[in-house]
Amino acid sequence: MSELLEINDLDVEFPTRRGTVKAARGVSLTVKPGEVLGLVGESGAGKSTIGNAIIDLLERPGRVAGGSIMFEGEELRGRTEDEMRKVRGDRIGMIFQDPQTSLNPLLTIGAQLVETIEKTTGIKGSQADDRAVELLEAVGITEARARLKAYPHQFSGGMRQRVVIALALAGDPDLIIADEPTTALDVSIQKQILDLIKKLCRERDLGVIIVTHDIGVIAEIADRVCVMYRGEVVETGPVAQILGAPNHEYTKSLIAAVPRADQRLHRFTSVDYIEGGDEERRRIDIQTHWLGEARSKPSSEDAIEVENLNLSFTLQKAVLKKNRKMLKAVDNVSFTVKQGEVFGLVGESGSGKSTVARLIAGLYRPDSGTIRVKGTDITTKPKSAEAVEARRAVQMIFQDPYSSLNARMRVMDVVAEPIRFYKMTSSEAETKQIVRDLLDHVGLGAEAAIKYPHEFSGGQRQRISIARALASRPKILICDEPTSALDVSVQATILNLLKDLQEELGLTMLFITHDLPVIRQMSDRIAVMRHGAICEIADTDQLFAAPEHEYSKHLLELMPRMDLLGTAAE
Amino acid sequence: MLAFILKRLAQSVLVMAVVSAISFSLFNFVGDPVNNMVGQDATREQRVQIRIDLGLDDPILVQYTRFMGNALQGDFGLSYRIKRPVDELIFERLPATIELVFVSAIIALVVGISLGVYTGIRRNSWISRTVLSTSLVGVSLPTFIIGIALIYLFAVILRWLPSSGRGGVVDLGWWKTSFLTVDGWRAIILPAITLSLFQLTLILRLVRAEMMEVMRTDYIKFARARGLAERSINFVHALRNTLVPVITIIGLNIGGLIAFSVITETVFQWPGTGLMFIQAVDFVDVPIMAAYLVFVALLFVIINLVVDILYFVVDPRIRLGD
Repeated sequence: MSELLEINDLDVEFPTRRGTVKAARGVSLTVKPGEVLGLVGESGAGKSTIGNAIIDLLERPGRVAGGSIMFEGEELRGRTEDEMRKVRGDRIGMIFQDPQTSLNPLLTIGAQLVETIEKTTGIKGSQADDRAVELLEAVGITEARARLKAYPHQFSGGMRQRVVIALALAGDPDLIIADEPTTALDVSIQKQILDLIKKLCRERDLGVIIVTHDIGVIAEIADRVCVMYRGEVVETGPVAQILGAPNHEYTKSLIAAVPRADQRLHRFTSVDYIEGGDEERRRIDIQTHWLGEARSKPSSEDAIEVENLNLSFTLQKAVLKKNRKMLKAVDNVSFTVKQGEVFGLVGESGSGKSTVARLIAGLYRPDSGTIRVKGTDITTKPKSAEAVEARRAVQMIFQDPYSSLNARMRVMDVVAEPIRFYKMTSSEAETKQIVRDLLDHVGLGAEAAIKYPHEFSGGQRQRISIARALASRPKILICDEPTSALDVSVQATILNLLKDLQEELGLTMLFITHDLPVIRQMSDRIAVMRHGAICEIADTDQLFAAPEHEYSKHLLELMPRMDLLGTAAE
Repeated sequence: MLAFILKRLAQSVLVMAVVSAISFSLFNFVGDPVNNMVGQDATREQRVQIRIDLGLDDPILVQYTRFMGNALQGDFGLSYRIKRPVDELIFERLPATIELVFVSAIIALVVGISLGVYTGIRRNSWISRTVLSTSLVGVSLPTFIIGIALIYLFAVILRWLPSSGRGGVVDLGWWKTSFLTVDGWRAIILPAITLSLFQLTLILRLVRAEMMEVMRTDYIKFARARGLAERSINFVHALRNTLVPVITIIGLNIGGLIAFSVITETVFQWPGTGLMFIQAVDFVDVPIMAAYLVFVALLFVIINLVVDILYFVVDPRIRLGD
């Protein structure tokens, strides 16, 4: 079979003030009709750059500096803007990451479809309408004709991504480039979208390039895989070989860092190839340090007790109670977490898992129900001295490392703030020494103290957040999706750090995530949440082996098939 | 949507009530009007008689109720100076101001939006740079200087256009318009440009900033990736999204045009309400000042109501929001 797309020795450069950055170096890859090529790598690997370079939509001042892009036997490089416009949409379609932002909010989806159909195929008027209906039906949207008049905001995220796919198919292209098409979606939606892309690829004999950082997506959909690292393709091969028996060191470490859902390992394998491996950490002796003084001994006491917790948000205000629209974010939730235990809360977006975390941290007040931390009720009298003291023992790590640190404060002040607030030390010198020790211990090094948050990468910022959370000597750590914004390799090191700290300090941990493999590695017991209520609470191994609730079973089935990884495990 | 408009209407009524209370308070706090009405040699009795005639001796609440009752019927009393009903005076002068504001609003919108779009798309061309630096003149120079400079150039040196007044006016019975004669058009050009410059610059810069913001969004990138024509991307996809926030500012600015017209009308001796207001201030002609205040507030309120309704038309997320 002849190649649909053949890229040879492609170089992409971004000239900057500090010299030229090579975003892609000597990249070669091929795509056949009816084949899904996975382009995988971590952030900054240059995988999106390749997709943009193919259709000549590189962000300025990026440019293709060398190599060739042969598409259906013709060179795409060096074409004029007008010529490229005939290629885009007509022959090569593109799907972007975030369906919330890739549709024009002010035009009906019918208008956007018809406009694209008229431009790419020349079909006009009511025939274009018919074609739009056909496309929507092909991507699995029911009542397509009525939906033409709907605006993007009237669709859910998954439906919008279907519309985006319909738009990409409008010109009947031969190649589809999908740039992280499911990253912004829930697992259950991810599965549907991937199945749809695969089906369209087979039915229409399309070539598909799927750009992703997620090995799970690759395992689910790709026929062949290109692994990219720092602008270069380090390894290409059939999906089974790449995931099962990788040759290159980087591929090995990348795959080893992927959390496994099928077995529990004590630690994530961290390989030196990946930057920021956590072995170089200068540790402090926690046993004798200030931080360790208040260390909890394992005991059978309950650290967190949550009883019949309820919270509703008002969606639409009204004078009359019956006209108000309320969303029950937390619906009669009860659970207990033992001291020193890691308790996982898992669910899809909107399941209320983060709301529960925020309630326990005291960021929201419940409508009804009680929360006891170490036996102290923190809900009925939240301002009392005992409740404040109990809340000091609860600290939180947030999802987004970019917005959870004050950009105008030095790291020293960010981490020292809780110590100063609770007046936990006798002198400023002691506070500063503790902060430096903490930064050493979380793997940043004491010299980080004088820097500002923007000087750090996402993973390093998350380490700062961890140091800040530990500074008030908490007994309980709430981690709300602490690694979902991070690359896999960084995720592995952060999760290892959290595990170590949990063991060293005897912390009780509430770990919230949508990611089943991660929660399998982290927690002792798991609560599955849906629509604000808990479906099932079970021991981790038991939940993964024999889930009882229908929804738990459903979630487990949706996990990307990772069985290809079997032989890679050490 | 009906509930929304009703709510806005209620807010508007509140605003008008506050403004009318303020304008009424002018009667009691801005000097003694009687002194301005009578000559130096008027007797004490004459003064008292005038006070009684004007109702200035009644308790304040009675005066306020009377003022409000009359105001609701469009009656703002007699001008102290000209001794004619204020509403009549205002309606006589209103066409001049409205035509001036209308022409300058059109200039500000058409020129402002098109230059804003152009400079937003062709960010680095020399035309954009020139437009942006000259537009600074529009914001940094006071209106009266621009007006005088234009008069000097076009009326005194080049002698192309008249320097003041409305020129040829056609009386339609209820409305005196300068749109129907060449002279009228010639007379309106300079004041309209002067009045529009400031707003034009604001709109230009706002549209440009919004345009650049929108051009960076994913849906523009996606539109490119579907191979849509540049013209369709710029005008169908980008411009409409740009206009959502711009509409608010435009609404406020048209109100601003009316407020600024006071200065422009003075410079060009344009016989509109602004000029009348300035003259009223000179003579402490409180009924005219009060009526003018209420009238400008009413215009602001109406314009903002229209802007809110426009939001519904432009943005489906508000129209169909649930």
